[in-house]
Amino acid sequence: MSETALPAVSFERAAVRLGGRTIWSDLTTTVGQGEFVAVLGPNGAGKSTLVKAILGLLPLAAGRASILGRRPGDANDRIGYLPQRRNFDAGTRVRGVDLVQLGLDGARWGIPLPFLPGRRRTAERVAEMIELVGASAYARKPLGELSGGEQQRLLIAQALVRRPRLLLLDEPLDSLDLPNQAAVAALVRRICRTENVAVMLVAHDINPILSYLDRVLYLAGGGGVEGRPEEVISSETLSRLYGAPIEVLHASDGRLVVVGQPEAPFVHGDRHDHG
Amino acid sequence: MAELTVAQGLTWNLWSDVQELFSYPFMVNAMEAGTIVAVMAGVTGWFMVLRRQAFAGHTLSVIAFPGAAAATLAGLPVAVGYFAFCGLGALSLAGISGSNRSHSAESAAIGSLQALALALGFLFVGLYHGLLTGLDSLLFGTFLGITRDQVLVLLVVAAVAVLLVAIAARPLYFASVDADVARAGGVPVRLLGLGFLLVLGLSVAATSQITGAVLVFALLVTPAATAHQITSRPVLGVALSVAIALAVTWLGLALAYYSVYPVGFYVTSLAFGLYLAVRITRVAVRRRRATGLPAAAAA
Repeated sequence: MSETALPAVSFERAAVRLGGRTIWSDLTTTVGQGEFVAVLGPNGAGKSTLVKAILGLLPLAAGRASILGRRPGDANDRIGYLPQRRNFDAGTRVRGVDLVQLGLDGARWGIPLPFLPGRRRTAERVAEMIELVGASAYARKPLGELSGGEQQRLLIAQALVRRPRLLLLDEPLDSLDLPNQAAVAALVRRICRTENVAVMLVAHDINPILSYLDRVLYLAGGGGVEGRPEEVISSETLSRLYGAPIEVLHASDGRLVVVGQPEAPFVHGDRHDHG
Repeated sequence: MAELTVAQGLTWNLWSDVQELFSYPFMVNAMEAGTIVAVMAGVTGWFMVLRRQAFAGHTLSVIAFPGAAAATLAGLPVAVGYFAFCGLGALSLAGISGSNRSHSAESAAIGSLQALALALGFLFVGLYHGLLTGLDSLLFGTFLGITRDQVLVLLVVAAVAVLLVAIAARPLYFASVDADVARAGGVPVRLLGLGFLLVLGLSVAATSQITGAVLVFALLVTPAATAHQITSRPVLGVALSVAIALAVTWLGLALAYYSVYPVGFYVTSLAFGLYLAVRITRVAVRRRRATGLPAAAAA
């Protein structure tokens, strides 16, 4: 099979256990190249766990996983990763351009002398990515002086700078206001199409991103279902997944409201620490 | 300490004053040692401030004090005490930051370690019924009596420390700014954290021998903090940090030569004065920009 035909992410009956507890099991899902998939679910359903399993930071307890045709962890140089909940505080004296450039050469050892060959190519690539996410106006300011939306764009540029085949965005919309959520979702969709990169975006609320998505992976109750948004976010599918009656309401403005969704006991201690 | 009376005091001829400074071998040694120390502290300090490890750095310099006192008590060279305690201190600090996930728990643990170090230092000084004048130079340093051998040891230690930081500069910067992404990108974040603390311990140990425990910290944190205030460009920032450390060390040594106060006081005060001036300027510039923009738009 040629590399371009391989799925970006493929899980087969996979399970992850953390501290003796099964987070999810029997998870089978595929993300094709250039697809935009949202990972949804209540707190503690294992959305960030899935991202970490893809990166090989957490081992599978059962089943198989293939990431860009390799084992999890072996393809990380071709994955752009944006971890959960990262706001740089006001004291952060690091410029956006430097942050983006770290995505390109941050793992390289050796003295970063200004006159080394390849320096211009690096600068051009960094500038290109900053242009792509529309951050040129403020990329030379310290991150601490930027808004959450501006920081998020620069972080996406950082995740993209190495031309990844897969982009893992863990709740990139969490700290943003509604107009910015829609703007960043639109940006991700555009990048997904123009750069032909598969995107898995972990989100809390489907509504700001609904119109941009190809598919949805919904994690809940120790398992998951995938499919087109209208198939997955339905009373029938979610009731089956949770094993409890769930109702999905269609608001007049097109928004979906999930009613009766029980919160799973939360496992990500880091989710609520910062208030 | 008879050399102090040699100083003839400042004249109005700056050139002859500077010439006089360098006419004494002890002063040449002090200037060379100060230069080496300033370069090393400027580089490692810039990363320390970036990593928000000023408290850990301060703790390392406090740990240097019981190290010196213990070595004196055991009849060993003071340098042995500095390097042994700072090395152990760096390892325990790495252990603390590895086992605590929250920042508050980490700083509380580091604070406890620092208190213990201080108590141990005074215990060792108490057990040693020698001259108490030693305590003063252990804490605040003296630029008198630095030997050629000490300068050479310092040069080797500084070269190793600066070279290690330079080779790891990019991954260290990455790990300091953005640990999660760096880890996913294959940067050994924990190893770098331990390595950096060891280099910091090395710098502190080497510097303490000449500058005393208090001055080490002044040279580590203040020039670097000032540089971070002035620029957020990494290469320029490190260069500025080194330049400021050099300037305050040279000036501090010269001022100490012409007066009765310890060199640590001058270096610390000069560095702090500069830091304060930069902060005030920054606030003023921001105010002017905030109020000046509408006027500029109208013009």
